[in-house]
Amino acid sequence: MSTIDTKTVKHVAFLVRLGISEEEAQKFSAQFSSIIDYFNMLNEVETTGVPSASDIANAENVLREDAVQPSMSREEFLKNAPQSERGYVKVPTVLGEE
Amino acid sequence: MQLHTLTIQEAHQLLVTKQVSSVELTQAFLQRIREIDPKIKAYVTVSEELALEQARKADERIAKGENVTPLTGIPFSIKDCISTRGVRTTCSSKILENYIPQYNATVTDKLAQAGAVLLGKTNMDEFGMGSSCENSAFFNTHNPWNLDHVPGGSSGGSAAAMSASLAAFTIGEDTGGSVRMPAGFCGVTGIKPTYGRVSRYGLIALASSFDCIGPMTRDACDCATVLEHIAGHDPLDSTTYQSPISNYTQNINKPIKGMKLGIPKEYFVAGMEAGVETALQEAIRACEKLGMEIHEVSLSHTKYALPVYYLLLFAEASANLARMDGTRFGLSVSEGAKDVIDIYLQTRREGFGDEVKRRIMLGAYALSAGYYDAYYLKAQKVRTLLRRDFEAAFSKVDILLAPTSPTTAFKLGEKTSNPLEMYLSDIYVVATNPAGVPAIALPCGFSKDMPVGMQLIGKHLDEQTLFQVAHAYQQVTDWHKRNPKIS
Amino acid sequence: MTQYEPVIGLEIHAELITASKMFCGCSADYASAPEPNTNICPVCTGLPGALPVANKKAVELAALVALALNCSINKHNTFARKNYYYPDLPKGYQISQYELPIAEKGWLEVHSGSSSGAASAAYRDPSRVRVRRVHIEEDTAKLFHEKNYALVDFNRAGVPLLEIVSEPDMHSAEAALDYATKVRAILRYLGVNTGDMEKGVLRFEANVSVRPAGSDELRTRTEIKNLNSFRALTRAIAYEIERQIQIYESGGTVIQETLGWDDLRGVTTSQRSKEEAHDYRYFPEPDLPPLQFSDAWIESIRSQLPELPEAKTARFISDFGLTPSEARFLISERALADYFEKVAAAAKSPARTVHSWIAGELMRYLNDSGMSIEDMTLSPASFARLIDMTTDKVISSNSAKVVFNEMLASGGDPEQIVKEKNLAQVSDENEIQAIVEKILNDNPAEVEKYLAGKETLLQWFMGQVARATKGKADPNVAKELLVKSLEERRK
Ligand SMILES: [Mg+2]
Ligand SMILES: [Zn+2]
Repeated sequence: MSTIDTKTVKHVAFLVRLGISEEEAQKFSAQFSSIIDYFNMLNEVETTGVPSASDIANAENVLREDAVQPSMSREEFLKNAPQSERGYVKVPTVLGEE
Repeated sequence: MQLHTLTIQEAHQLLVTKQVSSVELTQAFLQRIREIDPKIKAYVTVSEELALEQARKADERIAKGENVTPLTGIPFSIKDCISTRGVRTTCSSKILENYIPQYNATVTDKLAQAGAVLLGKTNMDEFGMGSSCENSAFFNTHNPWNLDHVPGGSSGGSAAAMSASLAAFTIGEDTGGSVRMPAGFCGVTGIKPTYGRVSRYGLIALASSFDCIGPMTRDACDCATVLEHIAGHDPLDSTTYQSPISNYTQNINKPIKGMKLGIPKEYFVAGMEAGVETALQEAIRACEKLGMEIHEVSLSHTKYALPVYYLLLFAEASANLARMDGTRFGLSVSEGAKDVIDIYLQTRREGFGDEVKRRIMLGAYALSAGYYDAYYLKAQKVRTLLRRDFEAAFSKVDILLAPTSPTTAFKLGEKTSNPLEMYLSDIYVVATNPAGVPAIALPCGFSKDMPVGMQLIGKHLDEQTLFQVAHAYQQVTDWHKRNPKIS
Repeated sequence: MTQYEPVIGLEIHAELITASKMFCGCSADYASAPEPNTNICPVCTGLPGALPVANKKAVELAALVALALNCSINKHNTFARKNYYYPDLPKGYQISQYELPIAEKGWLEVHSGSSSGAASAAYRDPSRVRVRRVHIEEDTAKLFHEKNYALVDFNRAGVPLLEIVSEPDMHSAEAALDYATKVRAILRYLGVNTGDMEKGVLRFEANVSVRPAGSDELRTRTEIKNLNSFRALTRAIAYEIERQIQIYESGGTVIQETLGWDDLRGVTTSQRSKEEAHDYRYFPEPDLPPLQFSDAWIESIRSQLPELPEAKTARFISDFGLTPSEARFLISERALADYFEKVAAAAKSPARTVHSWIAGELMRYLNDSGMSIEDMTLSPASFARLIDMTTDKVISSNSAKVVFNEMLASGGDPEQIVKEKNLAQVSDENEIQAIVEKILNDNPAEVEKYLAGKETLLQWFMGQVARATKGKADPNVAKELLVKSLEERRK
């Protein structure tokens, strides 16, 4: 039985930027362990030399010509933004660098 | 005359012969939605004003005899994950509860150009994550055949709307059975086309490499008509096929005699509800009577389809849903936020339901350093084996027949406490999505007074054969003509 | 004290000059956008449901750069999602390339490859820096940090960006500068990037570690981000080398981290984000099919490669007899080199004379007027005729400057200007001798002082001749005749 402990749950929650409480972490930890256990079934399958399906596509070299299309309206765009200022999208202070 | 039970073809005849106007037809559906939908709860949003405006325009087109298509003036609904400019598009999630797209999905545009009339947006499991429509953040949708039962998912709202005659056709979306499974539960016809046959532009992505938009209709013929209008290459979606689409409706009566029908043995195993098994066996016999050759085939990796599907879906969804961050659109929970990270954490915590949270966390897990090879990459390799299974089967037969679910529609609340058990209800419908092949679901009987669904699975890009066989079957059966009595 | 050897690698982000963005049809020219958020669409603002479609031109330019950097093109290459959250990244992931980038395994010649510290046995080839990979990605939006909030402009979001990653093959700040300069010159030669670092179209990141000289080990490295000028690049690397040496010397350990460069204080600063370790969860981009290149396609791109700076320098030295520094000056800009070649081809004068005109008068003019060589209206043919007129002593060098300025001002041709302004050089000895005699006769006091030993007065006499002839007298002839006539008066 795999175990995904609450520390791991909290780590992946932060990776996907989900606020999570201790209680939730415990609930998810139990659920994840049984789901991951089920996924481990794939270990039965021999896949040596089998290519990844992500490399098999409908088409290749789907490219568009380098031509400019008109912009969407800024007003329309900002209508959905929770906060904006002087034509910019406004967000709280950004700490840390990416 | 009951306007709401007409097929598209029948309605089209009445429209072009001016026996009924699109406005009348639209009003009939709007009236029925007002009366019946409070019981079914298929619609998240009804776009009445837009519908009447589109209906008036359709009537003008018909009056002038300009640009009249088989869909001109026909009222339809669309799953709430497909963008409609100016009409709220929520994915049945709190995080998009008030999101009004600034642009149309390609499918929405194509239907508008054809002159179809948008009635509204249908309920679904949040972001398509679920098999019963119980993961909608807003409300449960009820199965029109028995209101205590689920309609299936995730396109449960679309299936219920079709089954309860709340639209002349509806557009669903199938990532791992989300059109076919609820079509089966609600007794309607629905197709998951070949991956890349219908543009995904404007479809709010669940799993980009699986997502397929497909119509749900009264019968195979209507299904062919709608698909003809929405399929085709789209310069805005790099994954759409360039190859032309055939004229599905014109060719739908072509003979199926002598075609080889494969029965995948892995789909007929213990655990299937007895009434489902009986209905499927009768359907096979009906096909045989229609002159098809029946062959048993094997899709040997079938049992791995579910873990492959869910792992890859979780991974892709974890990235696809990252843009719901509370800064440009949708819900934004900013109280007390000291930093933009607080907005992300709070918004996503409040905006997403538990199933979404589970899936994006597990997706991040499957992709994270140290687990990528064991989970994501392993699943992609087994996915290749799943595709090869279908290729091998289609080297022997023309088409496959299988159930859409091991049971008929289960009761509301029956499976909500155990996520894994809920995942297992998709067991028969998921494999086609990793493989990319098309499949059509259609009703084939009843078990315990609930509809039983079967699916026909075809070769890549061979929707034509699916329509021919489904149509031939519907010529000799009447399951698709039965309507629920909504109490 | 232990001798240390720095080990440096560079990551270069270069925007590609295209009309539209990498994955949508919005204009990529964010620099000329008059207002924020005016070159946007559902794709580059990450609206739900929008999908990317790759820009053909950007892919071609990326391959062109890769070939110029001696890379092998991956015939099969794929896009990938790099997942992280930041308000300048609208989708929550950047479309980039990971496992299979467009090109790998290139190299570039560097001249100051030698270490400023001790020489090391670990050098592979001190004259080469290897290029590990070149990949295509999309630029982020522009973020403006205000006091209590930040503002986002998506005009830059999705502009095609090339990432060029070197191996850690540089061992001094000078070597890093040389490599960076060369990459910039190549990008400019290819016309794919203006090289304007102030505008952020070209950005550097350095990873730095130090190790005892002569050792092969790779010690913990730090990454310095956002180096936006060559000066910042060299100063930051030099500072970081010294900082790490100090840590080791005092018995400490260097920790792996991302640093920023504080240009005002001249120090690197720790920039730890909240997330201690990055886990980008790369995976193949399902929205974009792989790129598949044929040999013929790669060759057609290769055939578009212009002569690159390195080859051009060598040719200027061998074909034109220029010194290496003269050649390097001329090739510093492709337009300058092209202009030089056109003038040199049209002129009968030696190429080095053409070089000195360009390096002297032309550069002075460009600097004074703030114009660039691309703005030059003076045709190479007229310029060549002017240079030849001085070489042939048709006009004096002083007159030539007058003609040069007139040509730039009025656009006239040199012969016409010489004629109109009556600037033809007087080389006739009799004519000049008569003027010399008159000057000496008119200035007996100066003649006397000269003959008494104040030989610097010769310059004054030269000036008188120039004045009397309005600068037309051949200065060599005038000088010769002056000396002869003065000496004759000694007797
Ligand atoms: Mg990068
Ligand atoms: Zn755009």
